[in-house]
Amino acid sequence: MNQELDIREGVDRETVETVVNMGSYKYGWDTDIEMDYAPKGISEDIVRLISAKNAEPEWMLAWRLDAYRRWVGMAQPDWALLKVPAIDYQDLYYYARPKSMETKPKSLDEVDPKLLATYEKLGIPLKEQLILAGVEGAEHIVEGERQVAVDAVFDSVSVGTTFKDKLAEAGVIFCSISEAIKEHPELVKKYLGSVVPQSDNFFATLNSAVFSDGSFVYVPPGTRCPMELSTYFRINAENTGQFERTLIICDRGAYVSYLEGCTAPKRDTAQLHAAVVEIVVLEDAEVKYSTVQNWFPGDEEGKGGIYNFVTKRADCREARAKVMWTQVETGSAITWKYPSCILRGDESQGEFYSIAIANNFQQADTGTKMIHLGRDTRSRIVSKGISAGQAQNTYRGLVSMHPRAKNSRNYTQCDSLLIGDKCGAHTVPYIEVKNNSSRVEHEATTSKVDDDQLFYCRARGMDEEEAVALVVNGFCREVLQALPMEFAMEAQSLVAISLEGSVG
Amino acid sequence: MSTAAKPTPVEARLATLDLPRGGAFAPARAEALARLGAMGLPGRRDEYWRWTDPASLNAPAAIPAKPLEINDEAPVFDTVDRVKLVFVDGVFDAAASDAPELAGVEISRLAEAADLHWAAGLYGALETAGQKPVARPFAALNTAAATDGVLIRVTGRAARPINLIYVHNSEVSDPILHHVIKLEEGAELTLLETGPAGARFNKVMEVDVAKAARFHHIRVQGRDHERRAITHIFARVGEAALFKSFTLTANGMLTRNECVIDIVGNDAMAHVAGAALGDGATGAFLHDDTVFVTHGAERGESRQVFKKVLKHGAVGTFQGKILVKPGAQKTDGYQISQSLLLDDDSQFLAKPELEIYADDVKCSHGSTTGAIDETALFYLRSRGVPMEEAVALMVISFVADALGEIEDEGLRDEIQSRLEAWLARHRG
Repeated sequence: MNQELDIREGVDRETVETVVNMGSYKYGWDTDIEMDYAPKGISEDIVRLISAKNAEPEWMLAWRLDAYRRWVGMAQPDWALLKVPAIDYQDLYYYARPKSMETKPKSLDEVDPKLLATYEKLGIPLKEQLILAGVEGAEHIVEGERQVAVDAVFDSVSVGTTFKDKLAEAGVIFCSISEAIKEHPELVKKYLGSVVPQSDNFFATLNSAVFSDGSFVYVPPGTRCPMELSTYFRINAENTGQFERTLIICDRGAYVSYLEGCTAPKRDTAQLHAAVVEIVVLEDAEVKYSTVQNWFPGDEEGKGGIYNFVTKRADCREARAKVMWTQVETGSAITWKYPSCILRGDESQGEFYSIAIANNFQQADTGTKMIHLGRDTRSRIVSKGISAGQAQNTYRGLVSMHPRAKNSRNYTQCDSLLIGDKCGAHTVPYIEVKNNSSRVEHEATTSKVDDDQLFYCRARGMDEEEAVALVVNGFCREVLQALPMEFAMEAQSLVAISLEGSVG
Repeated sequence: MSTAAKPTPVEARLATLDLPRGGAFAPARAEALARLGAMGLPGRRDEYWRWTDPASLNAPAAIPAKPLEINDEAPVFDTVDRVKLVFVDGVFDAAASDAPELAGVEISRLAEAADLHWAAGLYGALETAGQKPVARPFAALNTAAATDGVLIRVTGRAARPINLIYVHNSEVSDPILHHVIKLEEGAELTLLETGPAGARFNKVMEVDVAKAARFHHIRVQGRDHERRAITHIFARVGEAALFKSFTLTANGMLTRNECVIDIVGNDAMAHVAGAALGDGATGAFLHDDTVFVTHGAERGESRQVFKKVLKHGAVGTFQGKILVKPGAQKTDGYQISQSLLLDDDSQFLAKPELEIYADDVKCSHGSTTGAIDETALFYLRSRGVPMEEAVALMVISFVADALGEIEDEGLRDEIQSRLEAWLARHRG
């Protein structure tokens, strides 16, 4: 399909893409870059190998091995409303990176051109590509405009980081986690595993043992990160599990907005993804973490697709810390993901805004946990689930008010929309209130797309699919509004794309 | 020395029971025993027991509980014209009961059922159906081991309610009762249940509501501070039929009321409501409402309305579920669970679930927890209402929605007066 994407003169690029994309996954291609694989399977040797390939210090290897030994004794959880095909953990690759990365490029000029072409298809803005490609004066071109720093993760190794100087000027550290382990061991040692402990759950423990790379962010006290930070994840090699590890530390009074977006090429064999994101928010600091997840969901018959088992957690460790999770989950065959907030500091705040769309044979079990430990803590959950085709979509959440969390508040709104009579929409909230000065409110509704609204749109000349997309976008409005500009536009069209073929 | 292995919890529990043998229900009892063996007794690690520790219900013997002497108020429903059927510590007391005669109603005693009985095909059948997808081991234990109960078949409209009265006299009584109620097409019955029954009480009620039949159930659990209870209602609701159940719980160390409703006919209606008043100062108070409503037919309407008022370390739990099966279109499912925490020691734990496989449905649930609204309280106080009275007013208005599920005005007033009396007794 690759070559068909080449744009001929006189033909509008979008037209070509639209034609090509009809009935198939928009980002379903792969790039032929030589991969350097570790042997299949997982063992202590593989863990040692991954650590050695990243040239990690001894303490990091010990940490990984500890996690691995714990993982061996754990069982894959089965409490989610998901039908997960058996995963053979010995039949997966735990490490893969482009061959051209074996020795890190001295400058971006040495970056494999095919890799840069991949970014183009991913829609990384041209100006950023220029920077990624190391074109002279590129930094200058972007000056004065809204800036986004990109730490692109291509399979397992970060290939390049832009805007490094600008961030360095502000004192912000934004690099790959493997680099951070070498350059900033004191920060990594202090915070890695402090939010999601090594043996937190089956998938997080696996990640702790074999994580290959990921992003590291440190925002120093009182600093407002001068740009939105962004990471593009891509799963590219067949049968390669991706085990990203992200660690974000927002020091006192600092602010950072982090964007994560992902696409993956079309493959028949299901791929496993078990990422861990840890966020530490200190006094008066604020972190916004936004995700658009658009991995290959499997085809119309439910064949293939990514298995996405993610552990994301933010720890509002000190007073008045604030965290906001926003997610648009449209991809993956299986999504198992509960971005959570530990509201430990007094007056800390957690927010969770989510759109989860499941079409065809997709299964999603996603939600959040709000653990109120400090006094006067606040949390807000807005979840919009959309099911179509034969998909199953579950909201699962926990709101817990501990005895010490006096005067705290939670408001939860979770709405489900069903399109078609073969899909399912489920809500499984847990509410635990252990003091009486706190107030917890939970509301949930399930309905279908309103016929009157559809009729109105149809009467104005829209076709049924457009009309449904419009109504669904309206249904999700509250969450879309919570996204940063860059993502909001993309997310809106993603909502429409995800529902293609679900009506009529 | 005996080398026999340590008995399993199920074996230990069964060892203390004298299982009934023979009769019309022997096959159903044998199957229930096999079911129980397969599922075992629940533990804290079971998802459906995460908030209620089943240890005291599992134990081979009941923890002794002193019966509460009540001299300060008349028995519940005393003024209602009804047919009284009295069980003392789980044994039917014919002398204390009214003659079991009511036009259009056939009443017999489980312990004395004939070998060929109309209930033979029903006994344990709804319980069995209700074991999926969630295991309910205490119900299987009940079907296997119940020593008494009533079998009621209603063919017409019962002119008077039937009142099952459970008297608690012995400190160590551990009754297991099983009732089967069958309402034939177009029949109607109001069933009242009152009293604590024993130190520990295991009760199952299977209710089959046929086409266009109407069943009203009003239950007052207690007053008794120390008793523990695990109860199940299994209901099958047919076409255009009505099932309504309301429970008032005041006091009791531990109460778990499970209600499993299967809507099998189109246009059926099922409402379950409960008000629980808990004061931990009387010892302990843990109240658990676990409800599972399955919509398997079109245009069904279900409502779950549960209110809890908790103080002095009382714990309230609500696990409610609406399951809409594929094809159960035009379902209207509603669920509300609310809790009023009168002080800082009490807890409310809730899991209001929806599982929906049909698209043209309207389902919603809500859950709120918090203290009394200070603004409203201030308003009442500023109008000269004394503090305690103001709180009482707020509590009564808080539980009003649940009480509203009782259709009969006289019965509703009776429940409300009990509620007010409880508030008067548990001030401060």
